[in-house]
Amino acid sequence: MSVKEIFETMDYGPAPEDASEAFAWLVDQGDRFGHFIDGAFTPPGEGFLSRNPANGETLATLTQATQADVDAAVAAARKAQGKWARLGGHGRAKHLYAIARILQRNARLCAVLETLDNGKPIRESRDIDLPLVQRHFYFHAGMAQLMESQLPDRAPVGVCGQVIPWNFPLLMLAWKVAPALAMGNTVVLKPAEYTSLTALLFADLCRQAGLPKGVVNIVTGDGKVGEMIVTHPGVDKIAFTGSTEVGRKIRAATAGTGKALTLELGGKGPYVVFDDADLDSAIEGLVDAIWLNQGQVCCAGSRLLVQEGIAERFHDKLKARMQSLRIGNPLDKCIDVGAIVDPAQLRAITEMVEGCAEGERFSVGTELPAEGSFYPPTLITGLAPSHRLMQEEIFGPVLVSTTFRTPDEAVQLANNTRYGLAASVWSENVNLALDIAPQIEAGVIWINSANMFDAAAAFGGVRESGFGREGGWEGLRAYTRPADRAPRPLVRIEPNTGESGTFEGIDRTPKLYIGGKQTRPDGGYSRAVFSPRGKLLGQVPEANRKDLRNAVEAARGARAWGATSGHQRAQILYYMAENLSARADEFAREINKMKGGRGGDREVEASICRLFTYAAWADKFDGQAHGVPMRGMALGLRAPVGVIGVFCPDEVPLLGLVSVMGPAIAMGNRAALVASEPYPLVYADFYQVLDTSDLPGGVVSILTGKHDALAPVMAAHMDVDAVWSFSSSDISGVIERGSVRNLKRTWVNNGLVRDWFSAEGEGSAFLEAATEVKTIWVPCGA
Amino acid sequence: MQTDLATPVAGLPQARVARNAGMALDLDWVMRSQANRSAIERRVATLAGRRTVKKEYQAAWLCRAISCIDLTTLAGDDTAGRVHRLAAKARQPVRADLLDSLGMEGLRVGAVCVYHEMIAPARAALEGSGIPVAAVSTGFPAGLTPFHLRLAEIEESVKAGAEEIDIVISRRHVLTWDWAALYDEIRAFRAACGPAHLKAILATGELGTLRNVARASLVAMMAGADFIKTSTGKEAVNATLPVSLVMIRAIRDYCAATGHRVGYKPAGGISKAKDALSYLVLIKEELGKPWLTPALFRFGASSLLSDIERQLEHHVTGAYSAGYRHPMG
Repeated sequence: MSVKEIFETMDYGPAPEDASEAFAWLVDQGDRFGHFIDGAFTPPGEGFLSRNPANGETLATLTQATQADVDAAVAAARKAQGKWARLGGHGRAKHLYAIARILQRNARLCAVLETLDNGKPIRESRDIDLPLVQRHFYFHAGMAQLMESQLPDRAPVGVCGQVIPWNFPLLMLAWKVAPALAMGNTVVLKPAEYTSLTALLFADLCRQAGLPKGVVNIVTGDGKVGEMIVTHPGVDKIAFTGSTEVGRKIRAATAGTGKALTLELGGKGPYVVFDDADLDSAIEGLVDAIWLNQGQVCCAGSRLLVQEGIAERFHDKLKARMQSLRIGNPLDKCIDVGAIVDPAQLRAITEMVEGCAEGERFSVGTELPAEGSFYPPTLITGLAPSHRLMQEEIFGPVLVSTTFRTPDEAVQLANNTRYGLAASVWSENVNLALDIAPQIEAGVIWINSANMFDAAAAFGGVRESGFGREGGWEGLRAYTRPADRAPRPLVRIEPNTGESGTFEGIDRTPKLYIGGKQTRPDGGYSRAVFSPRGKLLGQVPEANRKDLRNAVEAARGARAWGATSGHQRAQILYYMAENLSARADEFAREINKMKGGRGGDREVEASICRLFTYAAWADKFDGQAHGVPMRGMALGLRAPVGVIGVFCPDEVPLLGLVSVMGPAIAMGNRAALVASEPYPLVYADFYQVLDTSDLPGGVVSILTGKHDALAPVMAAHMDVDAVWSFSSSDISGVIERGSVRNLKRTWVNNGLVRDWFSAEGEGSAFLEAATEVKTIWVPCGA
Repeated sequence: MQTDLATPVAGLPQARVARNAGMALDLDWVMRSQANRSAIERRVATLAGRRTVKKEYQAAWLCRAISCIDLTTLAGDDTAGRVHRLAAKARQPVRADLLDSLGMEGLRVGAVCVYHEMIAPARAALEGSGIPVAAVSTGFPAGLTPFHLRLAEIEESVKAGAEEIDIVISRRHVLTWDWAALYDEIRAFRAACGPAHLKAILATGELGTLRNVARASLVAMMAGADFIKTSTGKEAVNATLPVSLVMIRAIRDYCAATGHRVGYKPAGGISKAKDALSYLVLIKEELGKPWLTPALFRFGASSLLSDIERQLEHHVTGAYSAGYRHPMG
């Protein structure tokens, strides 16, 4: 077209990014790739094709890893790990810095290859993914540098198996590899089979940057390879980002193995627009929320909740905005929406949307490219929360919408989901926005924004969106373990036995303590408790699944506890200590009678001290204000997990109960505790302490019974948010397996001893398990 | 050499777009209007990465930018001679040989913008070109002269032949949220303009917040402004992309509600060809192509043209250009 003609049409014209460097790199590698193991590429083997989803063209041939490949990768990682850790923080920091630098020098090559392989617009890979990738390595170079001084009691976990998705291939690699390496771990990483190329380029860059061999190993292939990594006995920790469905399988596969696990899974993020929002900005925010990366984003704002009075205007404006989205060749610099990653994914999106008969569907009318996998940005209004598309993740450029009337209703709708990854809240009223944001059950909440990320701010989900955090100080927790724990096996403590005889003095029949009341067990059974010499000490009720259900229901009802102030919770914990102290001798005698010996005094003293510890922490376990690169702040709040079910330590009946109850309630959780199985009696005296300490009913319930019978019920209960076990019964695997359905957090002892009298019996590990980090982004500007 | 014009590229806005009739002051609407600064800044910051024009497209867009320039001189030392020179540049903004190569013969700027005393020499110099003369008015730039004199100034300028009047608003009405006073003031200015077009300068650099900019924009349009304009060029902060986004979103809302298309003029601080492209992209994305004409969009700029000229020569020759190769205005 002539200048004169364009002067009239004012079209943008083509602006293709030059892909020749990326193709040259592929050709240099022979267009065929093996794995990257022990610092070198293996010869290409049997495999599969990697295609450009924008036109279906083959980019390269990749190799499907065999068990032997995975074994070799794990062995290389194992061999390299000790030396890598011993290199020290500064030594590792220099390597991470070098990786960041080489990524920066090759930023455009990485971005173009990412777009070729994944189909995302070059703008996104160039302006969003790659800058965040570099930032992640720079940030964690700093974490490596600071590890010895700031985390003196933490050690590397060892060999990390990492399985990443196809939506942000290089960025998810960075999120996994950078913190692992910083903390002295080595990795075996499997990229998604649709998008392995930038991981292989990364391997090449690591080699060029002089990273010691074996520190980063990359194997390619489909889900079967992921399974080999997950189940490999030589892997100490699994980190996975991907679908909730696969996350569940990984949880099940690793249950009971003692492998550490973090999961970053799906979402159905609410995008809440109040009537006083800057509507045009909220609409532009939606473009970033649901049309970024064609909506193939786990934290996409895919569920629009708009206040009823402005809904029609908002939808009209939104439709107008959608019309100016440009869809097409992702290598074009003027494209907003690129290609769906694979024809299979395109089919899945199409089927889900076509299966929706309700609501009103609006799709962008622009003509789609004739070839390649493209789906038009789509809005479906007028759906009810009960509709499948309001509940399930579509993972495509499809926004569903419904309305709300009041702030409370907005929160209810936002939280009416099995997921809990991310959310947006739009309002110009600071009171409203800051009130609503923390009430949304999600790991990340963006006020007046969407899809903002930074290495300094933790990212991760609650509920079925997974567990664990990536980024910030919190993200390092998953890649470290306590430094000074020599694992010792915990031997099951059998209850004392004896002859059922008569009880001395007045008969004592303690009950279960549920919802602030003493309750007879549903099953009507009790169990005799004996002294080591076989003398009958009393009868304790045998709780069954219904008692457990009632305890959880009472805990759910005591929700208000989470909204009390830290000061108030501290007061109650101090009061418990005071009341326990008043009856110290009696408790000590009871313990001595059950366990024999004279350890009771010490245990009571330690228990009083521990209550003081958590009273102290109740108003001090603060969040953080992160230094993120924007005007405003990202707040890392410590929110209570919710309802925590705990199998208390068997060996120290009072100290154990107090040690798990303390952090749980200090942080605003409600707890359903199952008391020490062999030495239960002391709990009955303790609930009297609770009763006299002004603890609201339902915040703590105490059950007695068989741990192995109650463990599967607790683990499967959908209204329990976390289960901890320090039992001497072998229930760690049962709990981890049982948690699969709602992906509740689990914290189990894996049959290892914890010294409840020492520092490992209290402190940050407990407080962190009792809280979820909730990152609230608060950009601002007058 | 003077190139010939078959069809004038520049032209009077009224020839193409129905004038904004204004409407009663709708305070509910004004007060509902919001502007979230950080989101607005993100939008304009990412837009540069979302859209680009290359090669002949870039050349065409730069020509379009030239056609939308209000070539301006607003200096105390303006003379008839200076204005004559500027008018000549307005008629022939780019060297004829370059326009020939581009196939853009006849390209002209949108208007020439001067103080009242320079209207007559400007009119004389632009005789027959079809390029309108715009005059700044109403006690420009502060707008704090007696109200009746401000009205009289408009009338005098219209009588002297100005076809566009760039008025300044009383910033205090915005800062104290006296929207009725602002409305009445602009309404009176509009009446004084008669057939001449009214461009309302909001002096956004002095309004404190983007929300004030949004609300002042709406009130100005309700009062009948044909254009809303950011700045006098004399404030510490002049046109910016975030301010522009707020103002053009107000224009979009106003058009949706009334059907009237109001024009937009960013002024001050736009001196690079690249900046001009950013503005055109913003307009195209947020308001749409109908606004990409001098009838509805102008740059208030004095040095922008010379940068565009150099870019156009680069496009034609493939070699970077030098300032002295292009005739002064």
